[in-house]
Amino acid sequence: MSTTDYAVRPAPQAVRPVPQVIAHEVIKPRQTKRWLDWILTTDHKRIGIMYLVTTFVFFMLGGVEALLMRSQLAVPNNSLVTAEHYNELLTLHGTTMIFLFVVPVMAGFGNYFVPLMIGARDMAFPRLNALSYWLLLLGGIVFYATLFYHPPEAGWWSYPPLSSIQFSPSGGQDAWIFLIHLTGISSLLGAINFYATIVNMRAPGMSWGRLPLFVWTVLVYAILLIIALPVVAAAVTMLLTDRHFGTHFFDPTSHGSPVLWQHLFWFFGHPEVYIMILPGFGIISEVIPVFSRKPIFGYKAIAAATVAIAFLATLVWAHHMFVSPVPIVVLGFFMLSSFLIGIPTGVKIFNWIATLWRGSIVMSTALYFAVGFIAVFTIGGITGIFLATFPVDWQLNDTYFVVAHFHYVLMGGAVFSIFAGIYYWYPKITGRLMNETVGKASFWLMFIGFNMAFFVQHALGLSGMPRRIYTYQPGLGWSTYNLISTIGSFIFALGILVTIYNVARSLKVGALAGPDPWKGNTLEWFTTSPPPVNNFDAIPRVRSVEPMRDIRRQIERQTGVTQKTGGSEQFARV
Amino acid sequence: MGPHHAKLRRRRVGAAVALVLAISLMLAPSALANFFTPKSGGSPNANAIDSLYKLILYVAAFVFVVVEGALFYSVYKFRAKKGAAAAQIHGNTRLEIGWTVAAGVILVVLTVITFVKLPSIIDPPNSSSNGLVLSASLTAPTPPNGKKLTICIQGRQFIWRYAYGNGCQDNAFSLKLPYSYQEMVVPANTTVVLVIQSIDVIHSWWVPSLGGKVDAVPGYTTYTWFKAPHAGALYHGQCAQLCGREHYAMTALVKVVTPAQYTEWLQQQSSAITAANAQVTQLRQILTANGNL
Repeated sequence: MSTTDYAVRPAPQAVRPVPQVIAHEVIKPRQTKRWLDWILTTDHKRIGIMYLVTTFVFFMLGGVEALLMRSQLAVPNNSLVTAEHYNELLTLHGTTMIFLFVVPVMAGFGNYFVPLMIGARDMAFPRLNALSYWLLLLGGIVFYATLFYHPPEAGWWSYPPLSSIQFSPSGGQDAWIFLIHLTGISSLLGAINFYATIVNMRAPGMSWGRLPLFVWTVLVYAILLIIALPVVAAAVTMLLTDRHFGTHFFDPTSHGSPVLWQHLFWFFGHPEVYIMILPGFGIISEVIPVFSRKPIFGYKAIAAATVAIAFLATLVWAHHMFVSPVPIVVLGFFMLSSFLIGIPTGVKIFNWIATLWRGSIVMSTALYFAVGFIAVFTIGGITGIFLATFPVDWQLNDTYFVVAHFHYVLMGGAVFSIFAGIYYWYPKITGRLMNETVGKASFWLMFIGFNMAFFVQHALGLSGMPRRIYTYQPGLGWSTYNLISTIGSFIFALGILVTIYNVARSLKVGALAGPDPWKGNTLEWFTTSPPPVNNFDAIPRVRSVEPMRDIRRQIERQTGVTQKTGGSEQFARV
Repeated sequence: MGPHHAKLRRRRVGAAVALVLAISLMLAPSALANFFTPKSGGSPNANAIDSLYKLILYVAAFVFVVVEGALFYSVYKFRAKKGAAAAQIHGNTRLEIGWTVAAGVILVVLTVITFVKLPSIIDPPNSSSNGLVLSASLTAPTPPNGKKLTICIQGRQFIWRYAYGNGCQDNAFSLKLPYSYQEMVVPANTTVVLVIQSIDVIHSWWVPSLGGKVDAVPGYTTYTWFKAPHAGALYHGQCAQLCGREHYAMTALVKVVTPAQYTEWLQQQSSAITAANAQVTQLRQILTANGNL
């Protein structure tokens, strides 16, 4: 702590609030029971925390399911679980990770940080916001209650006729439909809320060209949800009436079409992928400039790429159906549209690397995860080109190559960006810093474990292993890869546990963060950590994409002390 | 913690990563050929997919090295140092347009390559002169001279059924065509067209060495083809679409034999089926006579 003295009076602590900004509790905390406060809350920050905690519980459950599947596949002819349970596990795992973890965890970050980043005092509709959260929780409970009778086993796509009443007679499939409805309404209400908040409640001066990139991605996330969710809601309702009320939308024996389901499901399913990854892109676009001590390279290009990805995301769904009965012309169209979406995605990656270029990079754990994200997401993007080429997809579709691809995109992409977000924003949420050494250990375990678990899966797919098989015979050239993959998955899981330990322990012993431990660029760092209920006493006028940097400069001018960039000296260590 | 320690630790981490990679590679000597490329060698369409895949792989490897190289170089080179200041660059329009166009050009090239290669993947060639002697028929897909061997594949939970011979998709039963389960027998050097259907849920026909997979969707008929050059080869395949609890056990074998052996096998199979049918008919008569049926 040698250089940065913004405050007028000498600060007594090792970690000083930089700059010193004042925000107070204006509402006295009510003297009720604490748990009741959480249940009744409409505060976006508390709802955000509940989202984050709940989705992480589901992440753990989905992770345990994944580890059970990997253990079953570790050696050939294994019978750790039964074939029936294996199909239940894969359905639970996929559904949980998508509907109960990645999509809502982004809503969690969005809830907490969108109002703070745009200088608002809450979301536009606080009660609706609470309803969104409780519907999500209910969806999860309805779904996991099937553990006590009969979990669904038709996979997270639930292709009919396998998901029809004839082949999946159990109520588990209906619980799956109910989950889609509950989490769907939750996300839809949340999306409307985000949209209304971002459009109407930005700080004075925060024009569209000054909107933080994370907020841009949440805006586009909300729009995509509003476009995609009604379609899957219709599809699962049709499935429900097929199952119980005598309709035949998807029943081939009565001139229904199983391919219709595929179109409806993937019209939702592919935008869903971008719904999951775009806010992750947003987190990366916040973390990298802060720790490079540089403005984001090509702000407009990144914002435009976000919108372009969203537009194209609604035009690529049938690349999931290259092996279905679909005419060649259609295959060609969807190959081209899928190629096109690679361009804005590539532009983002180039812009992030250009932001690091000639920066003065502070190697924080958040930056580790952000760089790890770019490294693995690039691999996922490149393998996507193979899959988009439809004749090549005829070999790769429904194999472990695809499993590897979408885990590189969603685990390497979304999960690494979520972890970058956790390490970046934890000080704001809790007021304390996480342990950096433990964080980096967690990163390396996750990075090595992840690549070990999933890189060999490309080879598994190329050597002919289909996805979703319960076990396999020895001598097919799959055994070694599977064993490596299983070991890797446990290393990855260990890495996640280390971060959970870090989160829990830092709550008690982490160094006090102060309002702005990273020298952030955006308005959430303007208020105290954690912020008071009203967020801000005064909302500053925004003059650029980096209002906090402007504020720091102004303080420098007023106090006559120059700010040095490029040091990590402001990181307090435990 | 000083910079020396940090460097030492970085080196240690690097060594650990290298060790893990080395062990992974040592553990995986089997089928290293399939580490980077799909299976091929059993049929011209599988070979064509393989060569298309390889062309994309070269482009991909180039992009991978450039992007990851730039990433790790920046992180290595531009770490915060005493006295170093970050360059305050907001963007560079020319550079940004440049890499957008470059990405576009790469994708245009890949598109062109794909469509150039496509005919060799979807259009079957004629049977070779040493293949089975065939007559012409008129259902898609068809080799230029129209002569092909049609085999109908029926997916069902949890086994594949094959009916051999033209007309199998229309009236396999009245034609009394020979059939088999799980193991398909085919003549070498002969263009085999597969007519794929399902009677219950969606399955996916896939024998990697013989080309790409095709879904068997109830209510639809789908097609693919292969032409296997090596008599004596046995190819392994497996249903690729989740079809129920025994999805994992729904395997397929394709046994390639000489045309002479194939003809002989068909006759054997036909007479075995006829004999079994006669037995069942007899049993049915006895049971009916005894009032048990």
